[in-house]
Amino acid sequence: MSKTSSGTLYRGHEGMWSWVGHRVTGVVIFLFLLVHVLDTSLVRVSPGAYDAIMGTYKNPLMALGETALVAAIVFHAFNGLRLILVDFWKSGTKYHRQMLWGVLALWVITMLAFSIRHLSLAFGGH
Amino acid sequence: MSADIAAPRSQRIDPKYNRARTSRGSFEMVAWLFMRLSGVALVILIFGHLFSNLMLGDGINAIDFGFVAGKWADPVWQFWDLAMLWLAMLHGTNGVRTIINDYAEKPATRTWLKGILYVATIVIVVLGTLVIFTFDPCIPGSTLPVCQ
Repeated sequence: MSKTSSGTLYRGHEGMWSWVGHRVTGVVIFLFLLVHVLDTSLVRVSPGAYDAIMGTYKNPLMALGETALVAAIVFHAFNGLRLILVDFWKSGTKYHRQMLWGVLALWVITMLAFSIRHLSLAFGGH
Repeated sequence: MSADIAAPRSQRIDPKYNRARTSRGSFEMVAWLFMRLSGVALVILIFGHLFSNLMLGDGINAIDFGFVAGKWADPVWQFWDLAMLWLAMLHGTNGVRTIINDYAEKPATRTWLKGILYVATIVIVVLGTLVIFTFDPCIPGSTLPVCQ
């Protein structure tokens, strides 16, 4: 990647921003995955240790973080399927922009449904 | 006798300009294909994981040791989580490898970053696999059918 190029057809448009979004969400998800395997591994230490770490995930503030994480996962998933269509569908490169708007629309719908359910469970309280 | 005159640049081309097959073979192509195949599988596996754990029943409030024990008493969920662990770790590791190759320019930096990445991957995959296979859902007082 050139560090000095400017004014290309690609730079600054939908293709570049979806690529940036895919990288950033990918790294965030990978870092959480490392933590998530470690926290789940506490089931082999003791039930109390596992329940204690799960207690931290039930903090309402953490519920917002979980929603942000799921937002990253859902974008990465839908944009990944778009990438596959760009690579394997013969009209994929022609419609890559329209497909990005489709990804974003599906992302908004999915996240509305997830947020309402997850946040009402987390803040509805027990 | 005639002298053996080599064809121009034959065998003297700088390796970095040589696009012929090298000893690396088709590794990068296999990695590219793996990202797409594992990606489709992961959409199904992770959406199913999130839906069953966070959307059904009491969602996040229900997650505790007993919840995990109930799930892993079922071999389907054991296989589900094992497949998710392996595919997600390999998919993520290859993604981060690509990012290191893109941004780290000094050979020593690249080697170190990728070394740390591969060690982390092996530790997490081995740990996660052992946890799934050695997990004992039965604690005193458990009402799970497998513990009776």
